[in-house]
Amino acid sequence: MSVVFEKPNALCDVSMHYCPGCTHGIIHRMVAEVIDETGICGNTVGICPVGCSVMAYDYFNCDMIEAPHGRAPAVATGVKRANPDTVVFTYQGDGDLAAIGTCEIVHAAARGENITVIFVNNTIYGMTGGQMAPTTIPGQITQTTPYGRDPKVQGFPLKVCEMLSEVDGVALAQRVAVDSVAHIKEAKKAIRKAFDNQICRRGFSIVEVLSTCPTNWGMTPSEAMERVRTEMIPYFPLGVYKDAVVWEDKTKG
Amino acid sequence: MEKVLMKGNEALAEAAMRAGCKCFFGYPITPQTEISAYLAKNMAKRGGVFLQAESEIAAINMVLGAAASGVRAMTSSSGPGISLKSEGVSYIAGSDLPCVIVNVQRGGPGLGGIQPSQSDYWQATRALGHGDFQMVVYAPASVQETIDMTYLAFDTADRFRMPVMILSDGLLGQMMEPVVFPQIEVKIPEKPWACCGHKNKRPHNIINSLYLQPDELENSVNERFKRYEIVKRECPAAESSFCEDAEIVVCAFGAAARIAKSAVNTAREKGIKVGLFRPQTLYPFPVELIEKACRKAKIVLSVEMNKGQMVDDIRLALNCRLPVEFFGRHGGNIPTVKEVSAQIESISERIK
Repeated sequence: MSVVFEKPNALCDVSMHYCPGCTHGIIHRMVAEVIDETGICGNTVGICPVGCSVMAYDYFNCDMIEAPHGRAPAVATGVKRANPDTVVFTYQGDGDLAAIGTCEIVHAAARGENITVIFVNNTIYGMTGGQMAPTTIPGQITQTTPYGRDPKVQGFPLKVCEMLSEVDGVALAQRVAVDSVAHIKEAKKAIRKAFDNQICRRGFSIVEVLSTCPTNWGMTPSEAMERVRTEMIPYFPLGVYKDAVVWEDKTKG
Repeated sequence: MEKVLMKGNEALAEAAMRAGCKCFFGYPITPQTEISAYLAKNMAKRGGVFLQAESEIAAINMVLGAAASGVRAMTSSSGPGISLKSEGVSYIAGSDLPCVIVNVQRGGPGLGGIQPSQSDYWQATRALGHGDFQMVVYAPASVQETIDMTYLAFDTADRFRMPVMILSDGLLGQMMEPVVFPQIEVKIPEKPWACCGHKNKRPHNIINSLYLQPDELENSVNERFKRYEIVKRECPAAESSFCEDAEIVVCAFGAAARIAKSAVNTAREKGIKVGLFRPQTLYPFPVELIEKACRKAKIVLSVEMNKGQMVDDIRLALNCRLPVEFFGRHGGNIPTVKEVSAQIESISERIK
């Protein structure tokens, strides 16, 4: 009998704590598959955020560091500068990256820090029970916007890929989704590229993945996937916002 | 060994490099400026990393990352910047990571001033961040001692896997003195816990301060406090002068101790039985050493460049056995020898 599907080696053989219908599992798997494909597990250091994926250190099989809330890009900078030959990735949610950690992500990008950032955007704070996120869409009901986010009161969501596409140090800024097989394939390619960029020392790469939170959205898993298509993708359009070589490829020639 | 004339801040920077510091991350603030400037000029040339961070918060988290990956790392700042670093320091302590943090103190609170001060004693020894943890705090009183303590700070941090602070001040940082760099062979211990890639040869390492199970968190803190017990046994250091027969013991650290020393010398010439006790470690506070220095004492005078922050530690160390008086100037003012001498003479009159 041939094996047609198995757990990537870069994932630990443990059950995850994520809620049913949450897409962290899919995204973890894609990152792990890329680590396997590129053969970098023994040389990779992952940085976890504070948020639902705080315990990703128990799921990825490479060396892992748990950073203070929002500071993963600064921690990643320290690791990468200390050991430039390690492959360093951060895995961050929207509150972590686009609210409390905005300064750290923008400046890591501006430095062209040679790291890979996986940015999981589900428009809500999941772990603390569903508060307004910096990416909460106008009208969206959360625990702290019980009447819907009103831009006149709470302002507008931050569009991270669009913003970072203007930063010179960015090699890749791409937004993807994981609501369909076609989108998952696209997302996997983007994550692969974000790691390849780092391996070839091309500069800072960020892949924003539109994700779900059925628990805090008050939806079934299938309704949540539908919301990604009908509400999130129209507000946060998928696509490549920047694809450029910041630093010349030093590994060739 | 060659003697060179160096500024306190530059000497500290040079000592850090010689002590094997591979990465420095900092953010501009007065009066620690020369540390960053010196390292910016020299770190890369000697195979190290100097990076100016976007904030104090980013700088301490870069230190966290570099320390987690197994190299010697340092940051330096002054009061307002140290406050911003407190989040990162707590995580570093909670993750059992070694690093060196330099505070070249200025006056506070708030933006305060940029002149020398010792007003961050409480912050350094009590609560540089949330949660149950401590840092070793070294208090140099000369440029030479700044150098010696920098070497010591990196070794102590590695040995106990904890953050260590060098509590300097604007006076020590800015003044020049002749110094000698010790010819020490730097030995950096193996760090099998470091996150530098497992090379497919060991299970993955995790650097973390999160324990959701109360028992696990309690155990991790208890384990750390067992290490602090060794720290408290082995690290306390202090210098005593003229304390054997002293009825008055002047207690002062850092720059204030230099002034206190002159005042004690002057008083001795006048026949007053006064001695000087100078803690070199503020955490752990040299409890047994001060007890020894105060054997004949009737009273202690704490001289500080703040509103009297070390006074509590002296009272606790002596179990409130002796009265502890305080004299200090603050806000960037430095007590004069004359002012301290007047205090000593007034006490001497009163206890006759």
